[in-house]
Amino acid sequence: MPKKTTFRGVFINGILNENPIFRLVLGVCPTLAATTSATNGLGMGLAATFVLLGSNIVISLLRNLIPDKVRIPAFIVVISTFVTIVQMLIQAFVPALYEALGLFIPLIVVNCIILARAEAFAAKNTVFHSAADGLGMGLGFTAALILIGSIRELIGSGSIFGNAVFGATFEPMLLAVMAPGGFILFGLILGIINSIVNRIGSRKGAQA
Amino acid sequence: MSLRLSTGPHLLHKESTQTLMLDVIIALVPTTAAGIYLFGSKAAWVLAVAVVSAVLCEYLFQKLSKRPVRVMDLSAVVTGLILGLNLPAEAPLWLPAIGSAIAVILVKELFGGIGHNFMNPALLARGILLASWPARMSVYFMPVRVLGSTSVVPAGADAVSAATALIRPQGYEVYDLLMGNIPGTIGEVCKIAILIGFLYMLFVGTIKWHIPVIFVGTVALFTWLIGGDLLKAVLSGGLLFGAVFMATDYVINPMLRIGQVIFAVGCGVLVSVIRMSGSYPEGVTYAILLMNILTPLIDRLTSRRVYGTVKQHA
Repeated sequence: MPKKTTFRGVFINGILNENPIFRLVLGVCPTLAATTSATNGLGMGLAATFVLLGSNIVISLLRNLIPDKVRIPAFIVVISTFVTIVQMLIQAFVPALYEALGLFIPLIVVNCIILARAEAFAAKNTVFHSAADGLGMGLGFTAALILIGSIRELIGSGSIFGNAVFGATFEPMLLAVMAPGGFILFGLILGIINSIVNRIGSRKGAQA
Repeated sequence: MSLRLSTGPHLLHKESTQTLMLDVIIALVPTTAAGIYLFGSKAAWVLAVAVVSAVLCEYLFQKLSKRPVRVMDLSAVVTGLILGLNLPAEAPLWLPAIGSAIAVILVKELFGGIGHNFMNPALLARGILLASWPARMSVYFMPVRVLGSTSVVPAGADAVSAATALIRPQGYEVYDLLMGNIPGTIGEVCKIAILIGFLYMLFVGTIKWHIPVIFVGTVALFTWLIGGDLLKAVLSGGLLFGAVFMATDYVINPMLRIGQVIFAVGCGVLVSVIRMSGSYPEGVTYAILLMNILTPLIDRLTSRRVYGTVKQHA
């Protein structure tokens, strides 16, 4: 296992060991809302990654200047600045995604992954490591959203990234793109990943 | 002389899950036979696929997850059969297959197997199918018997869908409602067969009368209050089938009699409300599912004080 103190270690940690969705189970609300298709999942993931990278760097730079008592409002101001930037960028350049994600773009402000990383990591670590953490966590989030989004889109619309996979006779399971289908699939994926992690853990325990 | 010490219960009844399930299957025989008679071989195929895939899913899941294989308790057969009876006869065969897989794996096995499901598996599977393929699930087909001989079917139409008797009650006589000469799913149309099954289960003691009778009675009361046709409201749609075979599932019923009464009244009120002002013509599925979720709360509400009170008659 790569050490947590290197750039690569922190980066990989965010994608695998502490994947925000599948291991920390943070940010479930945007996960369920934005994964009706793989494209939406990718868009939401990249938007959150941009915010996470930016806010982690800035908060890490300011970490010795922010008084402890007002740190949460200070973090939120930094985060919402980046969210506003990303919202305007999406609205200007990818209007279709802006329509699809709607309210969930401004809601990135209260995405608990971002605040959690600011509080737990960026406020205590160097800029270099915080950038690695933001990027790793963001891409881990994005990967999780693409995985869930692809499965939901495949079952619920018969396509992946908008490309039809099955023939015209395929009748999609509408539930998969509705909220209950999102909950059920998220639970199933979480269960499968937990059982895989447990199996790896017990194998390592047996070797040691 | 050797004395064997063991904890209670010491008296064992020969009744087991298997014999209980067998009684339910026997009670379902008239309904199944009537469904196949009314809807023809297509209904038989739907039922067969539902039962086989339910049993197969349970067997495979228990094998793959290294749990004891309990297919022989027949509960998967009952789940598959009830799900099949809840489907339209013209359903494509992948519909019962997927439905049974959802019922057995998602609703039953993943929550810990028989006795641990928090909703009726067949009913939740029906709800999921209804939400996923509304065009397939909310079409009510007229039994082929009613259209005339199965071999003499007008060209280009091997099935005729019609408005459910709930939407057009004046179109059907009480006799047709009783005998199953109405559009609907395989199992729900023939009320006589359902009543025979109900009487059988009462006779052998599989179920008590409270839940079905109070459930149907509440719907009748509501219909009377708004001035509807009482008898037709009771005999239309899936009310009798749901009240007899699905609301009576032990696992998701309240434990005490008083709780069961609340459960049944709740089902009846919800069915009436959904029928009167919901966007679906029938509400039996959602009514029972909602009351299934409320069952633990009803149990908590009605639980008796254990300490310091006189034991009341349940």
